[in-house]
Amino acid sequence: MEVGDMGLPKPVARESVESLRSSKSLTPTRRSHLSDRIFFHVTRSLAVLVLILSLLLVFELLRGSAEARAEFGIGFIWGTTWDPVAEQFSTLPTITGTLAKAFLSLLIAVPVSLGTAIFLAIYAPRWIRTPLSYIVESLASIPSVIIGLWGLFIMVPVVRVLQIWLKDNFGWFPLFSGPAIFGVGVLAAGIILAIMITPIIAAISRDVIRTVPRAQMEGLLALGATRWEAIWKVVLPYGRAGIIGAVILGLGRAVGETMAVTMVGGNAFKLVTSLFDPVHSMASQIASEFTEADSNLYVSSLIYVGLVLFAITVVIEIVAQLMIWRITKGQGEARHQA
Amino acid sequence: MATLTGRRGSFAATRGEIRKRRIIDRLMVGSMIAVTALVCSVLFIIIAYIFYRGVSYINWEFLTSNPRPVGSEGGGIVNAIVGSLILVGIASVMAVPVGVGAAIFIGEFPSPRLQRAVRFMADVLTGVPSIVVGLFAYALIVEPTGTFSGWAGSAALGFIIVPIVLITAQEALRLVPGSLREAALALGVPRWRVIMLVVVPAARRALLTGLILATARALGETAPLIFTTLGNNFWNTDPSRPLSALPLVIYRYAVGPYQEEHRQAWAAAFMLLAVVFFISLMTRVVFRSRYEE
Repeated sequence: MEVGDMGLPKPVARESVESLRSSKSLTPTRRSHLSDRIFFHVTRSLAVLVLILSLLLVFELLRGSAEARAEFGIGFIWGTTWDPVAEQFSTLPTITGTLAKAFLSLLIAVPVSLGTAIFLAIYAPRWIRTPLSYIVESLASIPSVIIGLWGLFIMVPVVRVLQIWLKDNFGWFPLFSGPAIFGVGVLAAGIILAIMITPIIAAISRDVIRTVPRAQMEGLLALGATRWEAIWKVVLPYGRAGIIGAVILGLGRAVGETMAVTMVGGNAFKLVTSLFDPVHSMASQIASEFTEADSNLYVSSLIYVGLVLFAITVVIEIVAQLMIWRITKGQGEARHQA
Repeated sequence: MATLTGRRGSFAATRGEIRKRRIIDRLMVGSMIAVTALVCSVLFIIIAYIFYRGVSYINWEFLTSNPRPVGSEGGGIVNAIVGSLILVGIASVMAVPVGVGAAIFIGEFPSPRLQRAVRFMADVLTGVPSIVVGLFAYALIVEPTGTFSGWAGSAALGFIIVPIVLITAQEALRLVPGSLREAALALGVPRWRVIMLVVVPAARRALLTGLILATARALGETAPLIFTTLGNNFWNTDPSRPLSALPLVIYRYAVGPYQEEHRQAWAAAFMLLAVVFFISLMTRVVFRSRYEE
């Protein structure tokens, strides 16, 4: 999947398409050819089917989690027990675990991906730009189970050494107070997630930065600013909404990412207190426990966890799409009027 | 002692100031190059390890035999390779017409409200975690039918493919110049033939690129398969029963305790990564003109 294509409409001259579309005569009427009417209705029902499928997704999640919702109600979200034997389920620790891993990954990924994006969009000479973009996008196309495999066997031992070193030297710092023996845990999951979301944030930010008019930057350069000053004072403020949107999109991916996190996250059900804690995230809990769930209430509770995860990611996704749209759409309208 | 004053601050221009600003500029450029190099080296390190650990185990037996009982040496992944192909094949057959058809409708017919709703929904759907899609397929198919099956796995993969195909197809159709449509319509050609015989062929490179990349993505998805198609240690090509799949095998073997299974996980990962990269590389080479535009 090419990441740059995901959320950003490409700017194209579409005046003639627009005028074609706005004419009502294209909607088949009674007098149209029969085949035209059939084609119209077939494609329209496919478009409607996409909407129906989305609603069906929400409906099935609600139906599947009905038993758990009736049993535990909204308190499911802030309770801290997960006891399959006593059939008591609630999920605050996995929510906090998920968010801890996701925010840690943003902390690592944002500077790296913005640096890469600016370099690719502004500094990199043409001959190196295309291969570099290809490399960044290739990183995004590695299946997450493969990243997880690599993380589990290659990265986790390195993280473990890092943990021990941090514990020995900065053990007084509360975030480094956990057990430094496992390797797997919040830190490892955060790094793995950072590797996975960096190409996404970088590719979208690069596209956003490219929409900044060149003249804006050249104006500042002509006034004697250095390149970095031009970037800092013009390019980044101009693209701010889109870049923040890209970061939020990355956050959404980090929250919902499953396989790699399941493999290096540690998967213990406890409230996260330090960077070294092995803790579940919502997705890893579903992935690792679902096939072992032996009662209806257990299955239903896991689907409830999925419903909460779905709600969180959808909110994140909508906010991100709106922010990315605002900048690129404004562009499109400006082009249209010009 | 000249000072250039910009709206957002001043660019002091004494000799010392200039040197300081130049140093900051160099530092920032340097760190950008450094992080770009970091991203590239992470990719190379991952690929290098997959290659190094995986390629030595690949042999004819591994590619053509079924798994042996847990804990014993040898055995292969042929059932997983075939299972993956069946799952992704059925998923594509179900999902591609829906995605392309919906894209044709919202791109070619005037319906602003439905267009905005469908496009927005597709954007949101690309962000739905794949594990949630798995839960959806479980509740929709596995639970009512009472059995894990290849069909459920394919449905989950199809649900992941639809929005990707829809978005790339819509972008592809948008790139077709309106004059082409107008010319065909002016000849009195029915609208549906204009779309199928003029617009879609004109956009075929970008369309195919989108379809193939979506398929490659589905090939690597694991989370939606865990509790839909479940996995299978035996040879099976019947989608109404549990099918094995390459990414599932990698996951199960990697988190298991056996050395032999770990080696097979690396080898299977090498196979999967090779196929995914080969597909995306070939698409780039064959449909290159799209990137040159």
